[in-house]
Amino acid sequence: MSTGKIIRKDGHYAHHFESAEQEYTSSKQGIWLFLSTEILMFGGLFVAFFLYKGMYPEIFHKGAESLSWIYGAINTAVLLTSSLTMALGIHYIQKGKNSQALTQLIITILCGAIFMGIKYVEYSHKFHLGLYPGQMFSGETGGVENLPLYFSFYYMMTGLHGIHVLLGMGLITWVAIRTARGDFGPKYYTPVEGVGLFWHVVDLIWIYLFPLLYLVE
Amino acid sequence: MSEHHDVYHLTPFKTYMVVFLSLLVLTVLTVWVATVDFGAANAFIAFGIATVKAMLVLLYFMHLKYEVTTNRVIMASGFFFLALLFIFVLIDIVTRVPVESTL
Repeated sequence: MSTGKIIRKDGHYAHHFESAEQEYTSSKQGIWLFLSTEILMFGGLFVAFFLYKGMYPEIFHKGAESLSWIYGAINTAVLLTSSLTMALGIHYIQKGKNSQALTQLIITILCGAIFMGIKYVEYSHKFHLGLYPGQMFSGETGGVENLPLYFSFYYMMTGLHGIHVLLGMGLITWVAIRTARGDFGPKYYTPVEGVGLFWHVVDLIWIYLFPLLYLVE
Repeated sequence: MSEHHDVYHLTPFKTYMVVFLSLLVLTVLTVWVATVDFGAANAFIAFGIATVKAMLVLLYFMHLKYEVTTNRVIMASGFFFLALLFIFVLIDIVTRVPVESTL
């Protein structure tokens, strides 16, 4: 007895679903399941970071000196802006305003690019100083033994997050193209919503990475 | 919290802007608080603010506030098992007794 609120343009849904609405809610449930595993993946790294920081505070204190909070703060603002524009993109699709939605999605992609640009500046500065992870380290330890451990964490956590930003940018490009093509509207926008949820989780992880790496000594 | 989940929930534009501005204010606040020395409390304040920001993103940008219970439980379970991992690692570390080698 579907009221058929969610309908694709061609009026179809996959045959193993009872209704278009069930297809929509199932898709979203799948996304949420995936996102909870993302929390667990990054969470493992956070726990390891806290564990080693508790055991060797001097390594993490010295390592954090090589980071400038200003880059982290700018990147936080950039990602928060991109989360807003992503949410607004879906908001406009729900209202049937596809061209405005497309603008918001493009701004989101640009914010992702700015974020990666700033990360590139940060990384290249560290490479220049020889601050590589683990055995590749060739910089100044400043008398702190095993300082490279800090950079193993730094590159692993920001690198994994950066890969997520790049993946997110690719996925938003995909839904932006489909939005421009007119695939979505108020009755069907499941892929945009799924990609949006993923993008917000990328922002969510950065919300914790920023104080962890840049602020807390 | 409505039990009959609307497939559609249209969050007003104004709500998004209020949430966004709150997130920016909290970011400025967390940077400012880091310059003040509260000793060990600094870390708790920083992650407390981060958690408020994370809740705003989850509830409003990700619409978890209007989501069906199943999806809220799914997301909460991720954080629950993460807390479990953190607590047991902590218990393991703080209860260790240093043992001198007898070899």
